[in-house]
Amino acid sequence: MKLIVAIVRPEKLNDVLEALFKAEVRGLTISRVLGHGGGTERVETYRGTTVKMGLYEKVKLEIGVSDAFVEPTIRAILESARTGEVGDGKIFVLPVEKVVRIRTGEEDEAAVTPVPSEPG
Amino acid sequence: MNMLTLRIFYRYRVPRGGEGLKRIGAVILPGALPALAAGVEPGTTAWMLVSTALVLLMTPALAFFYGGLVGQKNVLNTMAMSFAAAAAGGVAWALLGYSLAYGDGSAWVGGLDYAFLNGFLNQGKLAVSDGMPALLDLAFQGTFAIITAALVSGSVVGRMRFSAWLLFSTLWILFVYAPLAHWVWGDGLLSGALDFAGGTVVHINAAVAGVVAALVLGPRRNFGRVAFLPHNIPFVLLGAGLLWFGWFGFNAGSAYGANETAALAFVNTFLAPAAAALVWIFLDYGSSGKATAVGVATGIVVGLVAITPAAGYVGPLGALWIGALTAPLSHLFIRYRPRLGLDDALDVFGAHGLGGIAGALLTGVFASAAWGGTPGLLEGHAAQLWTQLKAVLYALLYSALGTALLLFFTRLFLPLRVGKNDELVGLDAVLHGEEAYPVTEGAILVAEEGGRR
Repeated sequence: MKLIVAIVRPEKLNDVLEALFKAEVRGLTISRVLGHGGGTERVETYRGTTVKMGLYEKVKLEIGVSDAFVEPTIRAILESARTGEVGDGKIFVLPVEKVVRIRTGEEDEAAVTPVPSEPG
Repeated sequence: MNMLTLRIFYRYRVPRGGEGLKRIGAVILPGALPALAAGVEPGTTAWMLVSTALVLLMTPALAFFYGGLVGQKNVLNTMAMSFAAAAAGGVAWALLGYSLAYGDGSAWVGGLDYAFLNGFLNQGKLAVSDGMPALLDLAFQGTFAIITAALVSGSVVGRMRFSAWLLFSTLWILFVYAPLAHWVWGDGLLSGALDFAGGTVVHINAAVAGVVAALVLGPRRNFGRVAFLPHNIPFVLLGAGLLWFGWFGFNAGSAYGANETAALAFVNTFLAPAAAALVWIFLDYGSSGKATAVGVATGIVVGLVAITPAAGYVGPLGALWIGALTAPLSHLFIRYRPRLGLDDALDVFGAHGLGGIAGALLTGVFASAAWGGTPGLLEGHAAQLWTQLKAVLYALLYSALGTALLLFFTRLFLPLRVGKNDELVGLDAVLHGEEAYPVTEGAILVAEEGGRR
């Protein structure tokens, strides 16, 4: 079991979600984050006040997966989030000690294996 | 008498020797009050001054209406497109457009007698026409021209380059709007058609141009794959409310006088949007089970569009009917439009095109000799409906053709669309170097360098 944390460009989020869906990776958490990774700076001007926007808006995805899904997940994100420009983001893979599904109390592998969702 | 009172005397003309002021103990200086120029009616002039300001407000109102409907990455670009139409279009209108629309010319286009602001003086004094200084008409009509161009932007938001829009919208006011205004209002080709305040010239024209522009530019990236949702619905409601307010100048100002026709147009402008919005609410209930706020705002705009050609020609009951009958058409079209694959982003055609067409035809139906001086179909004058239909078709064809040509012309000099990735990042940051809702944490002041990206 691993926790995959990926930081991607917000404008790439739709592509990433679509790629993950196709890779049959279900169940993820998304948050809007601010960060800086050494990308080129964007300059904006507000009534003569010119500023470098030091922090960029990014989207962070957190995905808990069983070991067999680690590589497909990484591949899906790599292919969908890449533009080739500085600032495409990072993927972190973290070990996970324990996972519990709150609804059933299932643990670990069973807890990260998606169940077919009921319609509606 | 202090200085303030004195200044008030000089600035306000007091009729009949200022009896009213005498009664409150004020002193009138004989000869201090300049007489009105011959032919200038103060009532007319006052109302037209107010109307001009009201119609001008419609362009910023539209900016809010459109701005709320787009995503937060494109709101500044969307709003700036409307404001830019006011800037570039206003100048172009004053220098050339007004003359092409209202100068003496052929049936097709006006002459150059008002070009470069000539023709507004008569023997060294402001020329007078329609009971007001002729110059005022330049501004009044100019506010119509810029709102019409601004309307077109709703079809192409989210992908058009700002520089291309500046050039295109300026040319469009000169070579599509001005000739069409001349046809209908400048004793041109279509002068038999009833178009009280611009259903054909403004709304059908803008909507057809919008559809053509949306087709020439192509859809936004990911259109049909992801949902494009409004980012600020209160802006949409604010815009709709301000449009309604400004529209009193648009319609009642088109009476060209503070008279009974203005009052009729004013009341109709109050009633038709109310009826349309009410019907829209019921249609929303019927189709999705919930009345939406965006729906109410859209219903108001559709009702306003529909009553525009009819405002001074139909009675108030007719206005209610026109609003109520037009709403279902637009409602149906707007619901099914995305399935046509047409990325008319903010439904300019659904609201202004269908509203304009329905309004123009229904004007021919509900026109009333008693209320507005011309009988329509319901009073046995079927020929009027035919005249209305002819005007609609001419406007459709000319606007489509002219818009396509101007877009291809613009493309010779400037790319029409932004790059694919720029579209995803958002036009505010890419084209304007600013964001509507900037993240200010981590912004570092730059001393004196330029803001180039």
